[in-house]
Amino acid sequence: MTGSRPLPADPPPTERPPDFGSFIRERHRTVGTVVQPRMGFSDPATMRAGLLATKAAAAATAGTLTVDSYTRVGDLRAVAEALTAGIGLNGYPIAHHDAAITREVLTGVQSESFAVQVRHGSAAPFDIVTSLLAAGLSATEGGPVSYCLPYGRTPLAESVRNWEASCRLLAHSGETGVRPHLETFGGCMLGQLCPPSLLVAISVLEALFFRQHGLHSISVSYAQQPSLEQNREAIAALRRLCGRFLPDVEWHVVLYTYMGVYPTTANGAYRLLAEAAVLAASTRTERLIVKTVAESSRIPTIEENVAALEYAAAVTGRWARDRSARDEPKDAMAPGSGDSQTYLEALRLIEAVRELDDDLGKALTRAFRFGYLDVPYCLHPDNQGRCRSYLDDSGSIRWADIGSLPLGGIVESSDARQVGSAELLGALSYVRRVYDGDAIAGRTGSAGDPTAAHLPAMPRCASGGLPGQPIGS
Amino acid sequence: MSAARDARTVLIAGPASDAHTWNLIYLQLLVEELGHPTVNLGPCVPDEAIVEACLLYRPRLLVLSSVNGHGHQDGIRLITRIRATADLAALPVVIGGKLGISGADTDHADHLRDAGFDAVYPDSPDAVTDFCRFIASLSERVVS
Ligand code: B12
Repeated sequence: MTGSRPLPADPPPTERPPDFGSFIRERHRTVGTVVQPRMGFSDPATMRAGLLATKAAAAATAGTLTVDSYTRVGDLRAVAEALTAGIGLNGYPIAHHDAAITREVLTGVQSESFAVQVRHGSAAPFDIVTSLLAAGLSATEGGPVSYCLPYGRTPLAESVRNWEASCRLLAHSGETGVRPHLETFGGCMLGQLCPPSLLVAISVLEALFFRQHGLHSISVSYAQQPSLEQNREAIAALRRLCGRFLPDVEWHVVLYTYMGVYPTTANGAYRLLAEAAVLAASTRTERLIVKTVAESSRIPTIEENVAALEYAAAVTGRWARDRSARDEPKDAMAPGSGDSQTYLEALRLIEAVRELDDDLGKALTRAFRFGYLDVPYCLHPDNQGRCRSYLDDSGSIRWADIGSLPLGGIVESSDARQVGSAELLGALSYVRRVYDGDAIAGRTGSAGDPTAAHLPAMPRCASGGLPGQPIGS
Repeated sequence: MSAARDARTVLIAGPASDAHTWNLIYLQLLVEELGHPTVNLGPCVPDEAIVEACLLYRPRLLVLSSVNGHGHQDGIRLITRIRATADLAALPVVIGGKLGISGADTDHADHLRDAGFDAVYPDSPDAVTDFCRFIASLSERVVS
């Protein structure tokens, strides 16, 4: 906290902030998939302008306050140094700014008709949760595993303790204020090359952890992967597993637009976003987090964020209209509930972890020690790192080596080969290549989706229609 | 201390605030293919841990990679500290990645070089080729 800025004598009246979980479900029911940016600026005035622009966008939106990396690792001194030197941060330093300042940012923004979530990425989120509650916010995201393993070197057991305390703090706030909401980040992990079943399992396990510590309004995440088929299986599995393991929780699904190496061209970026939007609409996904044309190179501007939100909403809107024109029942394209490979693997992983201890935190810590959970390519000291994955010719992510994962009998491990730098970069850039348009013929991944022909016109930006630097600069 | 002191060892790290890891895995494979053993310290390495590792391993080169947009600020703080450490004043140190939050920025590169980096590789199509050339030139130089 700066402590130096005086509190306004008369704090501006804040409208009653909405309950994030109910807000999203209600919006989804009446309008369709809610779209949300990953937006964060260090300057409070810019942050406020970004939230207002999100609210005013021609789309059903939710607002985001993304926290900067220094705050994520608890280095508030570096935040102060950057702000003094006028260096822009990659997010909003919520624990640095006085709560009064954040409340001003939110005045007239958060209202019955607009909910805001804080997105961070911290294995020690107590101060962030304290700050967001003090500012009148009640929704955030993360998890003891997903905000530890991919986010640095905090020991897993320590992250679990930190998240237990933070969950309790958040849950407690609901006794006097708005019902708090927490989203798992487990459906993303390192963003790429993680088999979808492991993403689904971690997402559900984190939701169980949240519930154990008193939260009853939860969203479960899944990040779009290269294969449409795997994506549809994963979202269906997530719904089925939540239905089974979280009967007393109000939950919804949130899809993240592709979290790996992003296309560099505007066309490629929008096609990939459209793919995510169609996936969301066709799987009844309640909320979609978008990516912008600047994703591959730098922090996006407010205008680029708004363009992405409006485009994604146009795609989901078009999809819904096309469906009613085709006179299809609402759930016609919704994935079925069969025992897909993704579902079977995720179920086995969840059950194996739950058997380790009644306490989810202890179970998760032991699961990583035993290698029952093991994230491919993750360098964290508490990750065994014995599993390997690869992209097959259709863009599906497969296991090359299951290490000690309890998947014997359901997964055939192929021979794990040593991968070189060029091959790794090739796999990481597969989606970029496909969507930037120079993919090897026949390897179109999910880009070959027939719906692509019916997409609304893309925002004008390659031709300089949007401010900001040239894409991929 | 049991650190293997191979005179060709290259140390790789992500600075304190940066959690990105794929860049580090990629650079490790690349440097190994160029014939150097590596020690990958991983992401989010605090300044003092990087300095300690340099003193322990006495690497041929320290490679820093940052893509979260704070690389400029983190890099200057870190190199100032490294250069102020008597035994590390002449250690070859390079940094690369997405070093600011607003896209390719040559100002950042100049500041970083002035602060003591031997080479700076902002994101560009030539960055990796230039870096490979730098590594090759290392083996030509006399090992100190
Ligand atoms: C995957 C990813 C993540 C994953 C990372 C998982 C992990 N632990 O590794 C997750 C989801 C966790 C994540 C988190 C965040 N991310 Co991120 N992420 C990406 C993404 C999509 C891909 C990065 C990647 O894996 N690339 C593959 C590797 C192999 O390549 P590379 O990193 O691009 O590096 C290449 C070159 O830069 C070069 N290079 C890099 N370093 C060096 C060093 C030397 C010496 C040399 C020669 C070359 C070199 O070589 C590589 C190969 O060409 C990029 C956007 C993109 N590129 O599409 C954003 C991106 C890097 N992330 C970004 C940000 C800001 C964040 C967050 C702060 C969240 C936020 N505010 O949005 C947090 C980080 C928290 C923290 N403490 O740092 C920004 C950075 C913005 C900027 N610099 O202006 C990007 C560009 C997205 C964006 N446009 O906003 N991220």
